[in-house]
Amino acid sequence: MNEVCFRTRHLPNPASLETYRSIGGYETLKRLVTEKVPAAEIINQVKLSGLRGRGGAGFPTGLKWSFMPRYYDGPKYVICNTDEGEPGTFKDRDIIRYNPHQVIEGMAIAAYAMGARVGYNYIHGEIWAEYLAFERALDEARAAGFLGEHLFGTDFSFDIYAHHGYGAYICGEETALIESIEGKKGQPRFKPPFPASYGLYGRPTNVNNTESYASIPYILQYGGQAFQDLGVPGSGGTKIFSVSGHVEKPGNYEIGMGTPFPKLLELAGGVWKGRKLKAVIPGGSSTAVVPGEIMMQCTMDYDSIAKVGGSSLGAGSVIVMDETTDMVQVLNRLSYFYYEESCGQCTPCREGTGWLWRVVRRIAQGKGRPEDLDLLLDVSNNISGRTICALGDAAATPVISFIKHFRPEFEYYIQHGRSMVTG
Amino acid sequence: MLSAEAIAQIDRELTKYPPEHRQSAVISALRIVQAEQGWLSQENITDVAEYLGIPPIRALEVATFYNMFELKPVGKYKITVCTNISCMLRDCASIVQHLEKRLGITFGETTPDGKFTLREGECMGCCGGAPLFHINNTDMYEFLTPEKVDEILEGLK
Repeated sequence: MNEVCFRTRHLPNPASLETYRSIGGYETLKRLVTEKVPAAEIINQVKLSGLRGRGGAGFPTGLKWSFMPRYYDGPKYVICNTDEGEPGTFKDRDIIRYNPHQVIEGMAIAAYAMGARVGYNYIHGEIWAEYLAFERALDEARAAGFLGEHLFGTDFSFDIYAHHGYGAYICGEETALIESIEGKKGQPRFKPPFPASYGLYGRPTNVNNTESYASIPYILQYGGQAFQDLGVPGSGGTKIFSVSGHVEKPGNYEIGMGTPFPKLLELAGGVWKGRKLKAVIPGGSSTAVVPGEIMMQCTMDYDSIAKVGGSSLGAGSVIVMDETTDMVQVLNRLSYFYYEESCGQCTPCREGTGWLWRVVRRIAQGKGRPEDLDLLLDVSNNISGRTICALGDAAATPVISFIKHFRPEFEYYIQHGRSMVTG
Repeated sequence: MLSAEAIAQIDRELTKYPPEHRQSAVISALRIVQAEQGWLSQENITDVAEYLGIPPIRALEVATFYNMFELKPVGKYKITVCTNISCMLRDCASIVQHLEKRLGITFGETTPDGKFTLREGECMGCCGGAPLFHINNTDMYEFLTPEKVDEILEGLK
């Protein structure tokens, strides 16, 4: 456990530069830069590693890097997405808390490979202490000569700045995040063009999640194959799983991809109070809910969660619900979240998320109508795929999956005006 | 008028961005002014816009978009409780009830002495510490119990 992103966590002062250096920190960056290792070779190692975007989309990181134009007359940017606000997700905060220098080194390697001179780390508004801690880590790295002009006496210069968000879930979407750094409302851009050709200030930009960047120094230190071998085919490496909800020990667990779900549940102390498992949201609130008995057959990797669980691994944000959970009330809260966080740009999402929430709310208040479930599915299907970004689909997915797997609970509410579970 | 301290802090933020992109510092600038004033008046927002050299509407739309900004006066201590699902599953309702009973206010309200404001928050990305709240957008308190809430409130003067 904790072999890659959390590899300093068992040491004293895990976040300090001294500790990071004691495990070989920044040596990989130094080697790549001073030996002038070609960018193509670095990107090949990242491809070989099987690393897929850890923010939830799961897009192959090496492939994304290869989209950045090699020759471009002007500035290019690398951006780290630490705007973590998807319900159930809290891993990037702990990476910043326990191992910020590995993120910095990962970003610097990325910048070297893609020809960027400036990087930004966009940090979620609600985690102020972590923002300050990251600023301190940047100062330490600058003072030690790992950021700044002419690193290691070469012509490679790179610096990183921390950018603090202020409470907008949508800014986790990479183009909304770019708009936000430009000082605008966080409204996603129409794509294409993708950030690799038109990103921050209209310049080529690469955006990756915090955990993705933190995996990079390991990949370049030990080789892409070594990282791949920590996981399973199709899902290379380790993954941090954030386990929350009804478990004895909520927290972050960094384990190999492909680890059976029951093993992860055991690490998190099992279902709390000796109760039975009812359901799991495996990848954050935007991923489909999975009934407990199906989840117990899954392994924690992209393929298994998709094929066996019928959901997606997302950001690895595992929300556990025990047998006493009222699924209608959970969906009510989730639907409110998407209504509240819709940026208002696309009509199907702006209007649809409010509509979904109002209908789920009236069911949860015991005022549901017999036609409401069909109405919810109809509205959901008319949001999905009809918006600029994925927030619309993210709002529809819980509605569709909760009704699919727990329809009798919804019907009971509609018929009896109260919960089948809590009475 | 922005205070000298606020300007110094905003200037530091501006060093992060290309000189022709002063607008990039608008969220930070508004945050800095709010931390100083407690909330953002129309005048504060206009002052920030003028300092950054952007139209006031550009600063106003940012202030209204990001939900940690306060556009009306709030209490000395703004307590924002996350009620999203991971917190809900760990019984944040008992924390909300306890706060409401103790302070005599509900979400969106301020105590008559102007000391406390209660807000419902969205996911703060700290679900492992549920239930939780943060105070004045900066101080996070996790693994809350009614007893722990009492201790925290008593420590606020």
